Amino acid sequence: MNLSLSDEQVFLREAARGALSRFKTVAAAREALDGDEHALPDLWPTACEAGWPGLLIDEAHGGAGLDAFDAMLVLGECGRVLADVPLLGHLPATAILGDSPNAAEFMADLASGERRAAYLPSEPPDDVHEQWSTDPASGFGRGPLPSAGAGGRDSNQDGRVALTGSVAFVPDAPGADVLVGVAMGSDGKALGVAVLADAPGVEIEAVTRYDATRSLGNVTLKDAPAVVLDCPEQSLVGAWHLAQSLIAAESLGSVETALDVSVAYAKERFTFGRAIGSYQAVKHALTEVLRELENGRSLLYYAGWARSGAPQEFALAANAARSVAGRALDDAARTMISVHGGIGATWEHDAPLYFRRAQLSRRLLGGTAGATDRVAGELLTQAAAA
Amino acid sequence: MDLDDTPEQAAYRAQVRGWLDEHKREAPVLQGEGALEDEDEIIAARRVWQGKLAEGGLAGVTWPKEYGGQGLGPIEQVICNQEIGKAKVPGILDAIGVGMLGPTIIAHGSEEQKSRYLGPMLHGDEVWCQMFSEPAAGSDLAAVQTRARQLQDGSWRLSGQKVWTTNAQFASFGLLLARTDPDVPKHKGLTMFIVPMDADGVTVRGLRQISGEAEFNEVFFDDVALDEGAVVGGAGNGWGTALTTLMFERVTIGLGSEGMGYNSTRFAAAIAADEHARRDPEVRHKLGEIASELLAVRFTGYRTLTALQKGQVPGPEAGLAKVTIVSGAIKAGDLIADVLGPDALDEDSQWAYMISFLPGLKSAGGTEEILRNTIGERVLGLPPEPRLDKGIPFSELRSKEGAPA
Repeated sequence: MNLSLSDEQVFLREAARGALSRFKTVAAAREALDGDEHALPDLWPTACEAGWPGLLIDEAHGGAGLDAFDAMLVLGECGRVLADVPLLGHLPATAILGDSPNAAEFMADLASGERRAAYLPSEPPDDVHEQWSTDPASGFGRGPLPSAGAGGRDSNQDGRVALTGSVAFVPDAPGADVLVGVAMGSDGKALGVAVLADAPGVEIEAVTRYDATRSLGNVTLKDAPAVVLDCPEQSLVGAWHLAQSLIAAESLGSVETALDVSVAYAKERFTFGRAIGSYQAVKHALTEVLRELENGRSLLYYAGWARSGAPQEFALAANAARSVAGRALDDAARTMISVHGGIGATWEHDAPLYFRRAQLSRRLLGGTAGATDRVAGELLTQAAAA
Repeated sequence: MDLDDTPEQAAYRAQVRGWLDEHKREAPVLQGEGALEDEDEIIAARRVWQGKLAEGGLAGVTWPKEYGGQGLGPIEQVICNQEIGKAKVPGILDAIGVGMLGPTIIAHGSEEQKSRYLGPMLHGDEVWCQMFSEPAAGSDLAAVQTRARQLQDGSWRLSGQKVWTTNAQFASFGLLLARTDPDVPKHKGLTMFIVPMDADGVTVRGLRQISGEAEFNEVFFDDVALDEGAVVGGAGNGWGTALTTLMFERVTIGLGSEGMGYNSTRFAAAIAADEHARRDPEVRHKLGEIASELLAVRFTGYRTLTALQKGQVPGPEAGLAKVTIVSGAIKAGDLIADVLGPDALDEDSQWAYMISFLPGLKSAGGTEEILRNTIGERVLGLPPEPRLDKGIPFSELRSKEGAPA
């Protein structure tokens, strides 16, 4: 039994914290909201220097050959300071490409960060939904995957197809070199696909929603030429769950900051002659955030262990982590605001930045609610089989 | 990062499993076909079984060898618990004695006490109960009013009342926290005693709960005589001795929470059986939220084990896991009753029992409020509530109660 960070993992986390501390990312988040397009520092060179783009890529291809838990540690550090490092898009994409022998030639550039990938969120079927789906541009339902080969060009013989369709709110799509996701073949089979961002028929519209630190793109594909990846379908399924675990880790990093700042204030702010943190109403609200944070951390360990230690449980673990982390971040941000009183709800304070992060994060990549539903689906399926 | 046994742990697990394979037919049957029904018979059979477990080295795993234990660590204790669970046989009857009170006596007791009490406790020949809480001293445990007065000959006379006393109806002894000096501040005037439950003046009365069953007792003491050797850890040192017991209680709860049966798999199974419920978005959402938190507790347990393996002592934050388990199970009971309807509340239903049991469990082993206070102060470092009783002799505090603030 060993569920703790290795020395290397402690070093990875500390190094990430150190690297990101050189930038005023939280101040930049506020300026970007104020409309300063150039406020956000470009953190990709820092990521490349630290080797983060290749975290999940084999050493043979120039990567670090590490596993999901290591990536979660880095995402957690990004979340602590609202750093806009485009790893949420890049890392799940490299996980798919790394499992695809016919993408081998790309891997060195993706590992070094010379080229950047973005993952087109593609949600696998579950016990209720029989089809793969994507996040729709608006509304409550699920959108269809882009189709491969509509327009009669689906030969798929030389491993090339033409993609048509759209995927909304793709993390880190603007500026990416290659888009990686899932498309529906004409025979109804899910195909892993990679399409270059500058290929004809590819349109990436940058969109900002509520949290200026989150780079998103609406991707439209019209007969866009794509390579069919020869990865197993399990790899496409795994990428979705990996993305859930990464956004969970990032959210919990933000929870850490929200809690630290709130606790510090509760110790120094006095009312009626004593620190507000001595009142049970405030103390209990803060311990509730700690409870959610600790639950989330335990689930990150579960997901990190399960991805290679018990792959059949990875979906359950990753989505449970996402579910808890999403609620934890919402609660942490709201508690941060209320502990600080009125000022916490103003532009003067950082709390609104964490609040904005919480509201948007909970709706991306299928949403926290979607992850929660999948936890139920996984358990109900297990129970029915037992 | 792994959940695997080390070679030494695997060898220990095989040894435990081997013993259980050989002896599990001797275990009392408590559920299903041929199950014992008479309460006295069950207790008698479980005491015999505890004796066998002790002989096989499956009780008192963490106790030192000189007191009949195995001298092993908490990991081995957990492995032993897991294998007992897998073999579907009952564990030891006196988990409170062996898990909390015995270790307290080992830490603070005299040599006479250790040689007299520990062996029969371990083997189930003498069951123990913990007598700390009182009607007016729970969260504020140091406010106990049960009074012990010392006579000229050194013996003591005990009067007062305890409550929430599990197993008191068949216990031979109890470890009791009493006030021996009311004229000093409350934490200072306390002493720990060993009380024979068959002594004159001890009355045990069952306390029925929501379910209708009496799992706890009230215990009354009317001028009970205790000899000088009944004191554990020295007169006036009762609070420090009590803290040792509470530390072992945390460890026991932290390592045993999986065994409480409040887990996502069991709750999902209840819902999966209903075709409509399993596809209902609201039911699924609630189940997903509850299950995610309960899954987290399992891995919090593994984190605690990792810390124990490294020689660290679990801190008060383990109490957060208890909050999660209890609140998760309460929500699960509510959801399952929504799904199953009034049948969930049939008196014989496992769900009716669980729904009845949980409101009380919320307060057991520390109320949610006191746990949050402790964690807020000890883990987050938040300042304590002002304590109006600090440094004031206990006798003066009592006289102030009821007076306007």
